Amino acid sequence: MYRYDQFDERFVRERVAQFRAQVKRRLDGSLSDDEFKPLRLMNGLYLQLHAYMLRIAVPYGTLASRQLRQLAVIADRYDRGYGHFTTRQNMQFNWIKLRDVPDIHSLLADVEMHCIQTSGNCIRNVTADHFAGVAADELEDPRPTAELIRQWSSLHPEFSFLPRKFKIAVTGAEHDRAAVKLHDIGLRILRHPDTHEIGYEVIVGGGLGRTPYVGKVVREFLPRRDLLAYLEAIVRVYNADGRRDNKFKARIKILVHEIGTEEFRRRVEEEFAQLDGPTINADPEEVARIAAYFAPPAYEKLPAKSNAYETHRATNPAFATWADANVFPHRVPGYAALTISLKAIGEAPGDITSGQMRLVADLAEKYSFDELRVTHLQNVVLAHVRQADLFAVWQKLCEADLATPNVGLVTDIIACPGLDYCALATARSIPIAQELSKRFADQERQKDIGPLGIKISGCINACGHHHIGNIGILGLEKNGVENYQITLGGDATENAAIGGHLGPGIDAKDVPDAIERLVDVYLAQREKGEVFIDTVRRIGVAPFKEAFVAKAPVKSKERENAVA
Amino acid sequence: MPLLDRKGLKQNPFVRADVVDETAGPNVIVPWANVQDALAAKGKDQQIGVDLPNNVPYGEVLALADKLALVTIDFPAFTDGRAFTLARRLRNNGFQGVLRARGNLIADQFAYAFACGFDEVEPSEAVFARQPEEQWLAAARRITHTYQRNYGDVGNIMDQRRAARLAKEQADGK
Repeated sequence: MYRYDQFDERFVRERVAQFRAQVKRRLDGSLSDDEFKPLRLMNGLYLQLHAYMLRIAVPYGTLASRQLRQLAVIADRYDRGYGHFTTRQNMQFNWIKLRDVPDIHSLLADVEMHCIQTSGNCIRNVTADHFAGVAADELEDPRPTAELIRQWSSLHPEFSFLPRKFKIAVTGAEHDRAAVKLHDIGLRILRHPDTHEIGYEVIVGGGLGRTPYVGKVVREFLPRRDLLAYLEAIVRVYNADGRRDNKFKARIKILVHEIGTEEFRRRVEEEFAQLDGPTINADPEEVARIAAYFAPPAYEKLPAKSNAYETHRATNPAFATWADANVFPHRVPGYAALTISLKAIGEAPGDITSGQMRLVADLAEKYSFDELRVTHLQNVVLAHVRQADLFAVWQKLCEADLATPNVGLVTDIIACPGLDYCALATARSIPIAQELSKRFADQERQKDIGPLGIKISGCINACGHHHIGNIGILGLEKNGVENYQITLGGDATENAAIGGHLGPGIDAKDVPDAIERLVDVYLAQREKGEVFIDTVRRIGVAPFKEAFVAKAPVKSKERENAVA
Repeated sequence: MPLLDRKGLKQNPFVRADVVDETAGPNVIVPWANVQDALAAKGKDQQIGVDLPNNVPYGEVLALADKLALVTIDFPAFTDGRAFTLARRLRNNGFQGVLRARGNLIADQFAYAFACGFDEVEPSEAVFARQPEEQWLAAARRITHTYQRNYGDVGNIMDQRRAARLAKEQADGK
């Protein structure tokens, strides 16, 4: 993985000193609260419901063992002994004190980490496929591109006060695990059909929030060398023309929607044509320097199938169940990528204790070339484990309550922090996730249901990505009571789709029953081997709607009468 | 209003006026809406500057660029970054005159202003009262090198890496 050189090191240290001075200037009154706010946000510091929250960047979700150990130190010393992985592959600490933040930044810098631009109206942490370098359908590892963009976007003089936040994702694979169509900019690495040269498909204007949009292709093929100049053109057009009159209409997706893809493309291409590419773009040697850090690790030459692994699978059903759900095929013979689920039944999705962090760091060091990944589904991946070692790793995970066999299944739920932590939230999300996970806890049943993504947001800002959940749950507040809207048919992959509403919102206590009724429709209607989202596509929303409202309307009628 | 550049506080040779005549002084800043009249009325020893809002199409400014001694761009709020892009577009398209950032920007944006092509900053009195000269100068020096190429004359990291690479290649006798 990427290592800082002397320049990166100096840059991050100077940034730490800069923020330390800014905190001091806030305390002595030089900076007003309004002035300090965007400065602290661009250093990862939010003011939440109960305390400050610090969001630490995990660039494109890749972490070294020593970095995760340092996060464990921070969790113990400055928080309550645990942290929370987010849907943007970052880590959040929810109980931080302002006066400690400069010291935490300094501890992060010691392990080549930072909180730069994890919040604020600027270019945020760049995300990428968590199976980068692993997946068989990958054309090129997306992380060198993501790292180049991380550097280019850091403290960008022109783009640090944009109309609104700006998120970029990169994938190098056919199957999209980075949701590139749902970002402000999504980049898909591809080969030119004629020249076979490597470049990017550039997608702009996707996003969730109040007004979800699937992104539009603005450039079908951008040569690799032009990347930074083209990004500069896009963000410049957005900075100049994006709306600033209404926070909820300020994302680039609204600009693209309002002026149309054609006009947006024209403005970007006009700007791009004026730019002197060679003075902006990275040298090919610089691109190669970064890429070299992501060269494949020193794999052993192994047989494609491990006998030890097969034997353990055959003799230990619990291990086999876990392996079926949590092991992903690796393109190198004899290896596998395994996902450690942070969705233990009844726990808060994405939470990890300092003890678990240390254990995972040890496992990564011993079994996976010292490297691990955070997924946007709030789990952790050991990307390069010998198949023969899977059983030993699983045993260790069992001891730490980290062996939940539910990756991609109905209890692998994404949820934002919700009203338990977040100042913006209108309803709780974590307790809903916990109840659903208990409802579907039965392992055989989960396995029978198969791949099904449930995503929960505690407000309309959609941090829990409910629009793209196969089943989405949006928590709102109605007459002082939490009320949950259910959507169906969302999809974050290359078949990106925004889910549709099923009917009126329901009470928290009715959510598990409602979801169960939807699952029952699927189980009754599916064809052999058909996964949930495909059944939804085949039979349409109507049967689900019918099942969903089967019980709900009576209640809402009662409530209407009560109000009347 | 105070006026600062990289070296600190400086004299402001310009005065503001809505219209230009011989009594207006040698260096006059007029509002963008009045610029055509001002240029028409300008005496031969007078220099004209203009106060721009941050949403003027840059082409319209470039069309007058040769006649303007100074262009200032407004920051209605320090969180509104459009002035950075307008300055950058003027510079990218050959504007050589003096560029001044004006209004509600804060000391912490001083370095960004220079990087985007501004020569000087005219902050509001209210901000300057809380953030005196030394805070601006300290803020400008806080981050010594950044990643973006072609933004200002601070040595950027990409070019330094290139220089280090070329030096190494030379030493290796390539």
